[in-house]
Amino acid sequence: MLEVSIYRYNPEIDSEPYMQEFQFDTQGKDIMVLDVLEKLKTEDPTLVFRRSCREGVCGSDGVNISGKNGLACITPLSEAVKNNKLVIRPLPGLPVIRDLVIDMSQFYAQYEKIQPYLINNTPAPAIERLQSPEDRAKLDGLYECILCACCSTACPSFWWNPDKFIGPSGLLQAYRFLADTRDTGTEDRLADLDDPFSVFRCHGIMNCVQVCPKGLNPTKAIGHIRSMLLASGT
Amino acid sequence: MVSSVTSLGRSGLSDWLVQRVSALVMTAYIFFMVGYFVINPSPSFEQWQALHGSLAMRIFSLLTILSIAAHAWIGMWCVLTDYITVRLIGPKATPIRMFLQLAMIALILLYVVWAIDILWGI
Repeated sequence: MLEVSIYRYNPEIDSEPYMQEFQFDTQGKDIMVLDVLEKLKTEDPTLVFRRSCREGVCGSDGVNISGKNGLACITPLSEAVKNNKLVIRPLPGLPVIRDLVIDMSQFYAQYEKIQPYLINNTPAPAIERLQSPEDRAKLDGLYECILCACCSTACPSFWWNPDKFIGPSGLLQAYRFLADTRDTGTEDRLADLDDPFSVFRCHGIMNCVQVCPKGLNPTKAIGHIRSMLLASGT
Repeated sequence: MVSSVTSLGRSGLSDWLVQRVSALVMTAYIFFMVGYFVINPSPSFEQWQALHGSLAMRIFSLLTILSIAAHAWIGMWCVLTDYITVRLIGPKATPIRMFLQLAMIALILLYVVWAIDILWGI
């Protein structure tokens, strides 16, 4: 039997959070962490977590699994279980609403700051703004982000200053638009980022790279933003 | 854009660049001093005075002192703005952080002036 320990907190009932222990029979199968949560929820319907697509596309079920942030739906038990024990906590650093559900307002506020949309005030062509295959390739490794918040909530700089530091996820998206040849807002975007917090709170510890369930590299994108700031600012 | 008046350069890029350049200067100074002691393990008082009495060495030492000062200012500012915040310790954080930041800046400036006095007093 697998020992499962889950963070529980219902602010309407509990004075403080606690860990609830469950016993789980995997029947020898290497199932996903989300399957365990779903099964436990049938036993205890008060257990609350977010989930939607259950295949690593929507980014709803980001949780802290045995100490490492990840998506419950694509993390198999063989990766998550240590010493026959599975520990599931909410993503760290953001307020808990209930059990494994966190309040992501701060995360989205930072995402909003980087203006995550194409800025181009030139008249739109009849059909669409074309891009060469080479220019389109510059967006690979950037556009795939699903905003699950696993990276930003694994980042100590984001834990200490979630209101000032954009965080790895937002900065990856910032670079996605800085790198887009169709975007004409580059100068304004860079000017908005050149303060001691927004970008430069990143000290390059690469927790974001380690946890990203899509295998993206926010630290590299932040390095590119720094280079662009250096090129425009010196 | 997040504003900040107590950081060294007021701009993230400027602080970042100063941090890197000052690190290079300090590294060069360490290599020079270690190299000097490898070549001359126990210098006499006259040799030591002649080394630090030369203008080139004074300028190199002063550049290193200024690098340490700038590096410490940026580093300490980062530490203080990470941990002494309203989010972590409540509303009293702002006066505490202001005091610590100003004390840190005053101490750094004091060390710089003191170092100049020592270097040019040799």
